[in-house]
This record gives sequence, C-alpha cells and structure tokens, in this order.
Amino acid sequence: MANYKDIIYGLKDKRGGIIEAFHALQREYNYIPEEALEEAARAFGVSQAQAYGVATFYSYLSVKKRGKYIIRMCESAPCHVAGADEVIKAIESYLGIKIGETTADGKFTLELTECVGQCQATPVITVNSEPVFNVSAAQVPEILSAYK
Amino acid sequence: MAEEMRLLLEHADKIDPRIAEDYIKVGGYKGLEKARQMDRKNLIQEVKSSGLRGRGGAGFNAGMKWSFVPPAEVKYVVCNLDEGEPGTYKDRIICEKNAQALLEGMAICGTAIESKQGYIYCRGEYPFVVELLNKAIQSAKASGALGDFDIEVRMGAGAYVCGEETALIESIEGHRGEPRFKPPFPGVAGLWGVPTVVNNVETFAALPYIMTKGAEWYASIGAPKYPGTKVLTLTGDVNNPTYFEVPTNYNLRDVIYKLGGGIKNGKKFKAVQVGGTSGAFIPEQNLDTSIDFDSMGAIGAALGSGAVLVLDETRDIVDIVTRISKFFEHESCGKCNPCREGTFRCREIMEKINSGRATEADLNNILLLAKVMKRAALCGLGQAAPVPITSTIQHFGHEYRRKLLQYA
Amino acid sequence: MINLTIDGKEIQVPKGTMLLDACRQAGADIPTLCYDPDLRLAGSCRMCVVEAKGRPTLVASCVMPAENNMVIETESPDVVEARTVVLELLAARHKFECPTCESDGSCKLQDYMYRYGVKESRFDGEGPHFHTEDPNPFIIRDYDKCIMCTRCVRVCDEITGAQAINIEDRGHHAKIATPFDGKLADSTCVFCGQCVMVCPVGALTSRVAAGKGKPAQNEKVLTTCTYCGTGCTLELNVKDDKIVGVTSNRDAEWSPVNKGALCVKGRFGWDFVTSPERLTTPLIRENGELRPASWDEALDFAANKIKAIKEQNGPDSLAMFSSARATNEENYLAQKLMRAAIGSNNVDHCARL
Repeated sequence: MANYKDIIYGLKDKRGGIIEAFHALQREYNYIPEEALEEAARAFGVSQAQAYGVATFYSYLSVKKRGKYIIRMCESAPCHVAGADEVIKAIESYLGIKIGETTADGKFTLELTECVGQCQATPVITVNSEPVFNVSAAQVPEILSAYK
Repeated sequence: MAEEMRLLLEHADKIDPRIAEDYIKVGGYKGLEKARQMDRKNLIQEVKSSGLRGRGGAGFNAGMKWSFVPPAEVKYVVCNLDEGEPGTYKDRIICEKNAQALLEGMAICGTAIESKQGYIYCRGEYPFVVELLNKAIQSAKASGALGDFDIEVRMGAGAYVCGEETALIESIEGHRGEPRFKPPFPGVAGLWGVPTVVNNVETFAALPYIMTKGAEWYASIGAPKYPGTKVLTLTGDVNNPTYFEVPTNYNLRDVIYKLGGGIKNGKKFKAVQVGGTSGAFIPEQNLDTSIDFDSMGAIGAALGSGAVLVLDETRDIVDIVTRISKFFEHESCGKCNPCREGTFRCREIMEKINSGRATEADLNNILLLAKVMKRAALCGLGQAAPVPITSTIQHFGHEYRRKLLQYA
Repeated sequence: MINLTIDGKEIQVPKGTMLLDACRQAGADIPTLCYDPDLRLAGSCRMCVVEAKGRPTLVASCVMPAENNMVIETESPDVVEARTVVLELLAARHKFECPTCESDGSCKLQDYMYRYGVKESRFDGEGPHFHTEDPNPFIIRDYDKCIMCTRCVRVCDEITGAQAINIEDRGHHAKIATPFDGKLADSTCVFCGQCVMVCPVGALTSRVAAGKGKPAQNEKVLTTCTYCGTGCTLELNVKDDKIVGVTSNRDAEWSPVNKGALCVKGRFGWDFVTSPERLTTPLIRENGELRPASWDEALDFAANKIKAIKEQNGPDSLAMFSSARATNEENYLAQKLMRAAIGSNNVDHCARL
C-alpha cells in the first residue's frame, strides 16, 4: 500500500486540492484514515476541523472504514420508478447487511446514492464507481458474485 | 417537425473525443481560430447576438454574462460539469461524444474575457469522464490548438448543491460546497476572489458552432428568445429512454410520443417532469408546449437541465414526490435555515401524507413551508426544492387528498 | 451616496452600506441570528430578510448592499410570514428547557418567538437528538439547543484563531464538531469561551457558572481582569453580593481592550475571589512557621531585609523578578525601584521564561 504522505504530498501543489487528495486517499484505502486527514490538513494549510468539515460534507468521502467494494444504489426518481426499492432489498438480503453497513468479511459496503447520471439504463448500481446497468432483483446474486 | 437536430452531437461516435486531430478533421478549432482574430468586444458582441443562453438552468445570456467581467490580472473560466439533476446525463454524453468542442468553447470564452486558465468541475460520479477529459486536454495541448489556454479538471465528491455556481467555486477551492451569498457575483469575484465565468458544458460546447457558422445562423435555430439546440435525456415510462438533441422550439408532446416512442406497455400518460428533480410536474393539458426556457416558464415549469421523466397512468405521484423530497433532504448543504430545516420537514410531511397519516392541515403546512422556502432560501436548491410538491398539489391534488386521513 | 426608501422613509447611506445597517438607521428593528458585527458574514439564518419592491425573492439584509431607489419593507406580511416560519422550523429542532436554561432571558430564539407570537411549531416532528456529551470543566455543549448560526465556528476561527470546531456532515445532519467529533479537550480548543459569548441561544454555556444564576437576571459589574497586564474588561455577574459568573461586555466603549473577548482564566477562573484558601493578610515566616502580619509590618520587614542584603553583599546580590500579571506601569515602577532605589540592573520578567 502506498504511504498516505506520498499520496498527499504528490498533490500538494494543486491549489485548494484537498478534495483531490481525499479522492486519491480513497482510491488507495476506500476511506480517509484519521492520520491521513490530519496530514492533508497540514499539507493544504487548513485546520483539522476544516478538513474534517470538508471530508464529512461530501457523500462520496468517508472518514469511516469501508469494505473493499463499495456498492452504491441509486434511489433518485428515475431509478425509483424503475424498481430501485426491490433491488435494494435484494442486495440487503444477499449480503445480509443494511444500508450504510459493511459485511463482516470487509468485502462489501452498501450505500445509497443519488443520481449517478446513467439514466438510460435504470435501475443503476455502481460498484467502486463503475456503473452496472438495468439491474433487476433477480440478477443481484449473479452480479455480486463476480466480485472476489 | 419531429426530427432531431444534431449540432453538438453531429459527429457522435464517428470521432474519438479524446483526440484533437479527429475533431480538427471535422472542422474543429476553427471557431477558436476565428475568435482569436477578433477584437474582444466584437467577440463578446457576437456571442451576445447569437442569443445563446445558459444551458445549466438559469438561462442567462452567455455573452451578457461575459460582458460584466471587469479588468483583472487573473481571471478564470469554469465549466460546470456537475450535472446532478436526477435523470440528467446530457453533459456526460456531450463529453463522451464531443469533448473537444467543450475545450474549444472554454478557450473561446478565455479569449473573450482574457483568461488563460480554465477549470472543469466534473461530478464525482464520473471518474471515467475525468479520465477522458484529461486525455482530451492532453491531445488538444499537444496539437497546439488550445494555444496558451490551460484547462485543469477537478472532481466533485457527491454533492448536488455543487451544481450551484458559487458552491462549485467553493468546492474547487477545497471547501465545503456551501453556496455564497450574491452579490458579489462570480463574474466580479469568483474563484479565489477573482473574476470568473461559470458556464455549463452544453453552453461552452455550442460556442465553436456559433463562431464558425455565425451568430445570425445560430439565432435562427429554434425558439427566437432561446435559440439553438438542447440535448434532452428521456427517462421513465417511455419506449425509447435515451438522449436526443433537438431545436429549442421542439414540442414537449413530440419529445414523448415521437422521439420517446410513446408510453411503454400501451399505457396512458399521466405526467412529465421536465428539468430534473427540481422541475415541475406537467399534466396532459400542458403537453403542447415548446420546450424552450420561456415557454416552459409560462406553464409554471422549467427547462432546467433538459431531463424528461415520463410517468404513466399507474404511477403514484405522491409516492414519487415523497422520494424526491428525500433527495432534497439528502442534498441540502445545511447552510440556511429555510432549506436545511425545510427540506427535512417537507420529507417528513410527504411521508406522513404518503402513508395515510396526514390531514388537510399538513397539506396547508407544506404549502406554507414551500412558499417561504421559495422566497427566503439562500440559493436555488432551497428555492426550487418545493416545486415538485407544489406543482403536483396543483395539478394532481386529488391524489394527495385521496391519501389524507379523513378519506381513508 | 445611495438614496433609498425604507418603511416609507427616504434615507441616504454611503455606498457599500448593507441593507441591515440602512434599515437600522431608518429606525427598523431587524431580527438577526447569524449576524455578528465582528465576524465574517454568513447570510444564512434568513431572519433579517426584508422585502425589496420588484424582486422575486426576499433579500437577506445583512448581506445585501443598499442600492439606489430601492423600496424596502421591513415588516410586510410576507416578511413576517417568512420569519415566523423560520422560527417555527428552529423551534421544531430546539430542546426547550427554558425554566432551567442558563440563557433564559438572554436567548434570541426566545425573544423572537415572543416578538412574532410563535407559541408552537406547525412543523413539529422528529425532535433534536444529538445528545452531546463533553465533560470538560468549562463549556457545556448542548447541540439539541443549537440553531446552526455558526457564530461559534467563526469566532473560534477569526477572533481566537484556535480553529477547534467546524461543521460536520451536511443538511439536517449538520452539527458543530471538533475533528472526528471528539471532545473539546482533545482538540485545539483553548477554552476561551468566545463561543459561549456569541451563542445566541443556550447551546453553549458556562459550566463554571451553571446553576448559580441566570446571566439575564444577575447584576452586572464591570471590572478589569487581574490575571495579566492586558487589562481586559470583565463583566462580573453578581448575585446576593457574590460573584456567580463572568460574561462579556462587547461594547468597545466599555471594553476597549478586548471588546468582550477573554481567555480561559478571565472567563472561567473567578472562583478564587471568594475561595476560603485565599490569603487575607500578609504572612511572615518565623522559625519555619507562617504568622499573619499587618501590611505595614510586612513591608517594613521586607524593606529592612533588602537593605541589609544590599549593605552586606552589594546591590547586584539582589534581583527583581516581576510579573506579567502586573500592568506596564507597575512593571515600569518595579524596574525603577530596582535601578534607582537599589542600584542594580538585575531586572527580569516571567514572560521571558
């Protein structure tokens, strides 16, 4: 795993780039570890309280440990009318977790999201930001079993 | 008239948007070349007289916006690619089909306002678009087409409110995406406090065509007061849920029945929501309306982002609006009282109505709350959040009343 | 100059004047929650909204510059309706403990609810649920009373510079928090209590003064803090002839040095005044035992000893070590005593340590 300091200081010259640094940290760890957030605050010259305020503002950023695969279920209106509710239930029952939780083996975290802009093929889920189209409840086990 | 008119998307899937040379082969970067030879004032005048109005939602004349930019040593051109309106993906399509036109458009704006640096703020949901744009920028820089105009892509992180231009600026600066109060407007004091023009992807991408084919030509397309083309994304209960580019005087009924192929499974139409989730729901009797900004405004709706969500006769409007109210609760930044508390209580009351626990008093309360949010919230999010509620109570009030306690 | 009409009165203000100031100049009483004249503007509470003729929305007067020919109504039915709804929305998230609340009587939410006759909220639903626990000795944080004006965040950043708190999360879940929502003691908080000073409700109150008397009902006595030489004005809260707390007087005329800002000692460290452990007379040590003495006796005793040492070992065998708790004038006199009366340059000060 890359050192969080290398990740942060590689982006240090981007003015106002703390959100870019958070993205880079999440690509490595899937969340923003506490010591990395503190280092990012130092690198970008903001207080830790401010960095924490930024990290908790955006729904794609997390300061809590998450699983290897982050599943996001879109529940905006176009996906809602296409049957997102049934898909959520199917994912919850397949993984045995509720929204916001992570499986015991640390593999999957399930989150809700608003529109991901793939409305030509609703309902949509994303797995680590990769969209999966036209998902039906019945397909859920097959889709998720592909993630090892 | 029921044909698409492909201007921004003319070469879709025929050229590689990442490669500047592909774009140049079909006439690309000629507009920028022309712009650079023009006097700055004439260039702004040309854009003004084309009638091009912002495609992000507010519909402000683009050239007019640029003309307000005061002299300054450093200025920025910012592209809003945060499209967060549910049901909207037209900016993604424009990038995936014609990213170079966006880059060219930004450079034209840079020429007009004397800016050397552009930023594209791309929503966090589109990491693959960020990648595509970075390659496109690299190629355009290498080809020399952009000259000394630089463009950097910054990524959002899941906040609908960052589509609001001042929240977007805050986010580029590395802050919480909370909107600023205006004035000062970004044109005067924007990114890092300097004059900044913020326009939508679709607005920028139209500029090369205005420059090459002329303002007069562009002004003659579509609705005279809101000329040009508009990319629409069709979702919901239609046979053909995809994207289309149409002239702005295109008829809404034709969008659904001709382009969309009519309602799925032979069902009847109930309502259509135009402009994304903050748009009004439009009933059957208003379908024969042109989709342009002003015509939509006249029926109490908005063209907004150009998302078109169609609902068939079996859909439960109250349930869908309840879901929409949850969206706004989730996306309120929490800065101002009317929006932070208002979106929360709207969701609460909508759930109460939807589950048959509400009375007429709740309906009155939510209408009062909606009125105050529209008039007193700090930014467009809080002001528009109650529109789906008020427009459906207006046009589909019977569906609400059917769910009230006394009728249960 | 800008000419505009406010509540029917034509007035003139310099360019750049905010509507809020213009309205107040015209005699209008504009309610505010997030506005603080010493802090960066937020424009977020929307209590100061007024109606500007011809505009589609109400305008927040604290962040809107006055413009020529504006016609402003400060208490029109729409304005009153908006303020009433904002108050009802805040009431729906506020924990009402007014009878036992430290801020009872000095609470802006209470005052405005009274002014606009808000007896109950039409938007009551899920109530406050933050239940903050922070057992530090100085500041009680009760975010179930918080109205999210963010004055505490701004004062901590802009006046104290501690930057201990910010907003966590967003929307209705937004809350004031230290990094990772920990305790103040584990943050960069210096417990100056400026956040308590600017809190318009009872979300932040003094733990030291809790239960001893509501600030609104206490007698206020202005005095100068004795902890150091800065000379901050303190507003002693007095009840039954006892000090029961310290608050801030932010008026520059009465508090010219600190405009109400204090440090942890000045704001929270006043219990020594009536402490039974406090010395009441000078003490002289004789045969290893301290015995009370009069001031005259003690001063004579010290003067004689100093003289004796000087005669025996010379003036440089003595040194004066003075204190930051003394004023500049007192420190000046101390070095003068050393140099002129004793004849040595051995002068130093605890601030150099």
